[in-house]
Amino acid sequence: MSGAHGHALYVHARSPLHRLAPQVKVVSALVLLFAVISTPRQAFWAFAIYAAVLAALAAVSRVPIRFLLSRMLVAAPFVLLALLFPIVGSGPRVDVIGLSLSQAGLWDMWNLLAKSLLGLLTAIVLGATTEVADLLRGLSALRVPGLVTSILGFMVRYVDVIIGDLTRMRLALAARGHHPTSIRDWAPYGKAVGAMFIRTYERGERVYLAMESRGYSGRMPDSEAAEAGRREWLLGLVPAMLAWAVALTARMAT
Amino acid sequence: MSDPVIEILGLDFSYPDGTVALMGIDLHIHRGERVALLGPNGAGKTTLILHMNGIHRAQTGTVTVSGLPVTPTNLLEIRRRVGLVFQDPDDQLFMPTVQEDVEFGPRNLGLTGVELEQRVATALAALEVGDLADRAPNHLSFGQKRRVSMAGVMAMEPEILVLDEPTSNLDPASRLDLTHALIRLDVTQLIVTHDLLYALEVCPRSVIIDSGRIVADGSTGEILADAALLAAHRLALPAGIGLLADAPNRPNESG
Repeated sequence: MSGAHGHALYVHARSPLHRLAPQVKVVSALVLLFAVISTPRQAFWAFAIYAAVLAALAAVSRVPIRFLLSRMLVAAPFVLLALLFPIVGSGPRVDVIGLSLSQAGLWDMWNLLAKSLLGLLTAIVLGATTEVADLLRGLSALRVPGLVTSILGFMVRYVDVIIGDLTRMRLALAARGHHPTSIRDWAPYGKAVGAMFIRTYERGERVYLAMESRGYSGRMPDSEAAEAGRREWLLGLVPAMLAWAVALTARMAT
Repeated sequence: MSDPVIEILGLDFSYPDGTVALMGIDLHIHRGERVALLGPNGAGKTTLILHMNGIHRAQTGTVTVSGLPVTPTNLLEIRRRVGLVFQDPDDQLFMPTVQEDVEFGPRNLGLTGVELEQRVATALAALEVGDLADRAPNHLSFGQKRRVSMAGVMAMEPEILVLDEPTSNLDPASRLDLTHALIRLDVTQLIVTHDLLYALEVCPRSVIIDSGRIVADGSTGEILADAALLAAHRLALPAGIGLLADAPNRPNESG
């Protein structure tokens, strides 16, 4: 879990990346992501450069490597899936340490692994250096509609409350002897989820009353995001621009 | 005397399913008073306070806040004047940070810039939660959440602060913090509770409501001394306190 500050993906530290305006970080991350995705899979050297750029950013951000690696675990199911490609793939096959693997499948595996892991690393570095509140401010500075940012804000705000409710319900089930050993014992969970839905719906009503009581009339007040200066934009976009230079070169070379 | 902060005359209300919630409520609360609204569960306490800021409209009778009637055209000003603090602070703290949450009300009133900052800083300081400004509400203790939600309401500079069960779920230390905060705040207060000792500690005047009617209105000390009245309306002091009151001549421990 995170400390008293922010969410579980955020790492409290002082670094140029933490200080960078959130809207710049969001745009930079997206632009970098598109560069990675559009790179031809044969350009191994390009992916090596992306990895080096991200590693440099991670080092600048002072986010511990252990933290980055542990967050990367979320990709485990996709990695497992990708590992299946060479085995189930069709077409010409090659022998790798005694295994007959599909060539096309190997390429697909490499393509998926390289792009998804680099993309994930980008997102993790962004999340680790940006608090949710700042991320939302950044999005509204990028003219994302207020309705969307408020929905995101409510989601982040209440997800812990809802998880807390669910945890207590599970404890209450266990305290009265519910001990699931097979899928047939899951029925009470279904009922608990139903009860959760109603509770959450009612909470929504109460939150709305509380908003009305403080003068809400259908529009969230604008949050004033700090303006990012030209210099900040230029500096912040350097990694993304570098990535695009690499991507374009790789496209022309292949 | 000047206009009462809250003036309710002949208020009736029944829910759409026909349940009668309030009948013939007459209530005046004057500037600077701290009043406890007591009553058993389902007595109509919450329904009554939701009339004070116009979330419920009076079906018959009138509700007036410092001379301004509660009508659809006045709603924003009414909601500024009547600050409602809800029972569950998680319902009230919906913004990503404490700072933004306290800003929510004043921003809806159109405040910006330095004026907004000052308003928020004053409210945070009044509840002694200034050091929490950058924190996310989900990482606060329950007592902190309670005081931050009060700061969010105080930032609107209300004329009356209405608190729904403010002591529920508080540990004794947070409860004491809350008591100090309430006594220090320079604002008229209506405190909904069934914690009778808390009413005695904080509110010189108490009103009992039961089955939608006001059944007693007077000094908290006198009301709490009337065991028959309390029992008739499903209110009771903690058991030990009753024994003490019944045995005023018990032997002095030192002698």
